[in-house]
Amino acid sequence: MTFDFKTFDLKRLMSKEKNTNTNQELIETEYSTLNLGPTHPATHGIFQNVLKMDGEIIMDSEATVGYIHRAFEKLAERRPYYQITPITDRLNYCSSPINNMGWHMTVEKLLGIEIPKRVQYMRVIIMELARISDHVICNSVIGVDTGAMTGFLYIFQMRERIYDIYEELCGARLTTNIGRIGGLERDFTPKAWDLLDKFLIDFPSALKEFENLLMRNRIFMDRTINCGPITAERALNYSFSGPNLRAAGVDYDVRVMNPYCSYEDFDFIIPVGTQGDTYDRFMVRQQEMWESVKIIHQAIAKIKKEPAGIFHADVPEFFLPPKEEVYNNMEALIYHFKIVMGETEIPKGEVYHAVEGGNGELGYYLISDGGRTPYRLHMRRPCFIYYQAYAEMIRGGMLSDAILTMSSMNVIAGELDA
Amino acid sequence: METQALLTLVENKLKAQFGDGFISSKMNVDYPEFVVKRDIICDVADFLYKDEELAFQYLTTMATIHYPDNAGQEFAVMYQLHNLPKNLRIRIKIFFSTSDVNVPSLTPVFSAANWMERQEYDFYGIIFRGHPNLKRILNMDDLGYFPMRKEYALEDGTREDKDDKMFGR
Repeated sequence: MTFDFKTFDLKRLMSKEKNTNTNQELIETEYSTLNLGPTHPATHGIFQNVLKMDGEIIMDSEATVGYIHRAFEKLAERRPYYQITPITDRLNYCSSPINNMGWHMTVEKLLGIEIPKRVQYMRVIIMELARISDHVICNSVIGVDTGAMTGFLYIFQMRERIYDIYEELCGARLTTNIGRIGGLERDFTPKAWDLLDKFLIDFPSALKEFENLLMRNRIFMDRTINCGPITAERALNYSFSGPNLRAAGVDYDVRVMNPYCSYEDFDFIIPVGTQGDTYDRFMVRQQEMWESVKIIHQAIAKIKKEPAGIFHADVPEFFLPPKEEVYNNMEALIYHFKIVMGETEIPKGEVYHAVEGGNGELGYYLISDGGRTPYRLHMRRPCFIYYQAYAEMIRGGMLSDAILTMSSMNVIAGELDA
Repeated sequence: METQALLTLVENKLKAQFGDGFISSKMNVDYPEFVVKRDIICDVADFLYKDEELAFQYLTTMATIHYPDNAGQEFAVMYQLHNLPKNLRIRIKIFFSTSDVNVPSLTPVFSAANWMERQEYDFYGIIFRGHPNLKRILNMDDLGYFPMRKEYALEDGTREDKDDKMFGR
């Protein structure tokens, strides 16, 4: 039998009328204000919530966001298209490659570039690795917030391995700037394939171990089930997306509904929850990692059937030529100059492209007036949109549940504040 | 459903319901786009939400666009709606001038519109009528201007070492 704090609180409030002691009544109607954040270690980022507390119970809260606002949408209005990719790194920095790919695909949609299948499958591998690294962080942090540091420490070795793969592919680890408009900047090296194969051998057992630690753990289940729940109706009204929406029971996944990057060629399932609580969010992410592993295996098999060596589309107007050609070949030099100086013809138009990011539908709404920079770039950041439901989700709960709800929602400060 | 069929369907429904309130429609690269009168935007969203056939019950995103040279229609607000079960997406746009930046709020229909509208207010100074808590969200409260408007250049206007005549907007 678990002790339900919510009904306990309700009973106490209801019994107030019977209470004849006037002093007691006076004490009960006074609330205290608590600042949770902006630099509280349990919030994993710069988040501030001003809570109205009745003892340990949250009566109301207001979130203050914008502590790390960097004006990305304004910056993007002055940068050429290829210089916007590093900005997107800094949105959800736990899965930068997905943001990068989303941006490349948006521009490719505007320019009407066809990407070869092999490149699309390589992008799928990179994006699914990013999804794993994103979910690994989120789920292991849920573990930390419930008091299980061990899982976090062990599974982080696996995230490290994914970062090693990134490093081999693009040279960077966290803010990857991976890929280019029109493809990838270079082919996967033999070492990268090797690291990927080793990762795929070791990861399932590590993930299984992590699951064994938490999934059917009595303490973990008692702590997370019915903690910060949201119904499917409310979640949809709040425009939730990604694992948080799926935990509430809505099977909306951009990869399936609006397939990009040949996701329609892959066989995978969309895990959904029922309660929309912390445990369901944890379970949905956990299952998604298994699905990501499945997708990567399929992608590797598919790449083997494609002609080798192709890593970008044949679009010299947008894809930088290799340096040795720039030095020895006139056409390459001209294209290099034109791309760097922003002299390429960009069509006028208006596109929206969404990818299934680590925590939901990451969309880019791009308006081009034919100039070298976007006329307007709006980023649909899933965090920003679903974090506004946080106040509703923690109302009536305990302070410690609020911490857990936040970590299970996977709110990333970089994406929230853009 | 084909996007062209969707365009015709939504256009006919909006014309039947709102008459003059519907202004124009066009097909974009990806989704159909409809322009309606600014004052009825909340009614349009409500109508599209409740209509059984269309049921646009998911507000994907919202963005303001500033066209300073477009006299009388300097601002546009774009709403992107999604029907999840049928996977239909449309865009609704409204245009209005700098002298009157009042727009009916969508918060009665979509809870998600709350922060989205605060963001547009913060960056463009659009006043959303009926919004429960319209104040700045990402910028500091005493910023004093609306930074995403085109008149505020990203670079410091006093700098002379940067010449954008050749390259750059």
